[in-house]
Amino acid sequence: MSILIESERCVGCGSCVEACPGNLIKRDADGKAFLKAPDECWGCASCLKECRFQAISYYLGADIGGRGGLMKYERDGDLARWIIRRAGRETVTITVDRRSSNKY
Amino acid sequence: MLRIETIQTDFLIVGGGTAGCYAAIVAARKDPKLRVQIVEKANIKRSGCLAAGVNAINAYITEGRTTQQYLEYARWDAEKIIRDDLVLSMAERFNESARDLERMGLVILKDANGNYVSRGKRNIKINGENIKPIISREVKKYDNISILNHVVVTNLLQDGDRVCGAVGFSTNYETAWVISARAVLVATGGAAGLYRPNNPGFSRHKMWYPPFNAGAGYALGIRVGAEMTSFEMRFVAQRIKDTIAPTGTIALGVGAREVNALGEAYAERYGLTTSGRARGATKETSEGRGPCYLKTVGLDSSREEDLYKAYLNMAPAQTLKWIESGERPSTHNVEIEGTEPYVVGGHTASGYWIDTARRTTVAGLYAAGDVAGGAPKKFVTGALAEGWIAAETVLKDLATYSPTSIARALELAKDKTNEYERRLRAPRGVYNARELEDAMQKVMDVYAGGISVGYRYNENQLAIADEKIGLIADLAEELSAADVDELVRVYELIDRATVCKTLLAHLRGRKETRWPGFGVFADYPEKDDAFECFVNTRNVNGKIQTIIRPLMEGVTYYEHTH
Repeated sequence: MSILIESERCVGCGSCVEACPGNLIKRDADGKAFLKAPDECWGCASCLKECRFQAISYYLGADIGGRGGLMKYERDGDLARWIIRRAGRETVTITVDRRSSNKY
Repeated sequence: MLRIETIQTDFLIVGGGTAGCYAAIVAARKDPKLRVQIVEKANIKRSGCLAAGVNAINAYITEGRTTQQYLEYARWDAEKIIRDDLVLSMAERFNESARDLERMGLVILKDANGNYVSRGKRNIKINGENIKPIISREVKKYDNISILNHVVVTNLLQDGDRVCGAVGFSTNYETAWVISARAVLVATGGAAGLYRPNNPGFSRHKMWYPPFNAGAGYALGIRVGAEMTSFEMRFVAQRIKDTIAPTGTIALGVGAREVNALGEAYAERYGLTTSGRARGATKETSEGRGPCYLKTVGLDSSREEDLYKAYLNMAPAQTLKWIESGERPSTHNVEIEGTEPYVVGGHTASGYWIDTARRTTVAGLYAAGDVAGGAPKKFVTGALAEGWIAAETVLKDLATYSPTSIARALELAKDKTNEYERRLRAPRGVYNARELEDAMQKVMDVYAGGISVGYRYNENQLAIADEKIGLIADLAEELSAADVDELVRVYELIDRATVCKTLLAHLRGRKETRWPGFGVFADYPEKDDAFECFVNTRNVNGKIQTIIRPLMEGVTYYEHTH
């Protein structure tokens, strides 16, 4: 699992750079974030949650059965929306309310 | 030129994860004048095992149950290799730790009477997606806690026999940090990445345990001669294939059972301990009845949605996998497999040999959480409890430790700061850290019971592994680093090789097979009552000594007698 950062959406705020538990996200010459070592990413999604500009997408490596789907994360107060897009399929959005506990 | 920064503090905490942050909180609350310093390799906001969240509090004394029952459960699961004093003192603080988490802002499910809703015998239900930001927010409330993020500690400073600080470097700048402290708590994660992983290629890192936990906490102690226990009780987890997401949420949450490819439920045949469950899938597959699954087919769709949410709160890759493949748990059973072995004292008994108060065998040095041995099944609340106990002990002991001057600390750290500088300036050698890491993982996999050999090893193989890891450790001494990111990898490799050497001594020391799911010693394939004991080790001038210690069942207080 790893992430893609869209430089058009990145405003260079550095939140993801600061939060990455592996210190894997760096800034380029324009101050925008990029993932220095994609195969060092462990898929914790911390950067997705820190990014307020939806510039980061999460995906599965092909070696663990990834099919090219991309997952994004949006926060709306206590609601977290996970949006999963895959070419040729309908987009799936799952909303998790932070105030409610897991059922399992 | 490498810059050198210095800090003088009272209480240094290495590692700002669950145990380390809570130790800081407890110490700061009890003594507002105490200077507490956390040093963290990443950023405490999302670092450590809680980065992606957790799905439940797995260690809680539920209504009508006792700490003694938790102890007996842990003893059964560990095949007796546990310390009663450590498990009981931890379990006594599970519930108060959970209540404190709720006060900090964690959502915990309650019934109509305001009691926490349990999941099985020992778990309570939470929304744990933001648990680490909640804990780090609490840390920041205390003015007497300083946080140094993005600094990796490579060595403890020792003046005579006493630990008096630490030395490390920034992961972002060419800056060394020398810290003088009256007492030091090691609260880092355990050791991942010792063995070749399930997916050695692009997806070599998995979510459930941080790959950045390179065993630094163990290596720091090994280097100063701290006694270690039970590394041979490696942890092999049964996980969902490929994403390596936890299985407990499906097994406990919706009651799915393990089945082989023939549809037969096999788990009872291997025992229901953690080791037994890991053994089941490995053995069924090696005997031609694989792959193995959690039987989820037939699950109704409303429960499926709840599973998706539960996984998004702790292992989002798994939900993505279900959705993008269209292979939903209600229509496809969930394939499972074992991970490569880890050394992690939060799950097993591996770690520092400590007294009841969480003192290590080295003066001035304390341990809590994944690096502390003898108390398996810690999970989140156990890590909090151990941080809490260690902080109380440090507060009690602090009067006996006089501060070390910055000048003295700089002198003690000089060899290391020179070494960082040398590695950063040296031209690139033949190998880099990543190449030696691959070599190390291959040796451990093939000769020390990794996935590819079905977790089996024998005396011959362990001897070969020991020699080869020694060669890799020698090569690591020559590694240079093009930048600080690479310098981090160099020291991670050195730490892992140090842990591997100790692990091999432990594997050779326990001449029996006690946890067949975690490893089978082919020369001694059965459990042997003669090994109802702790296998401990100590590094004495570069040689690893093995020390056998009795189990002490029923002993509720233990102190070191050196």
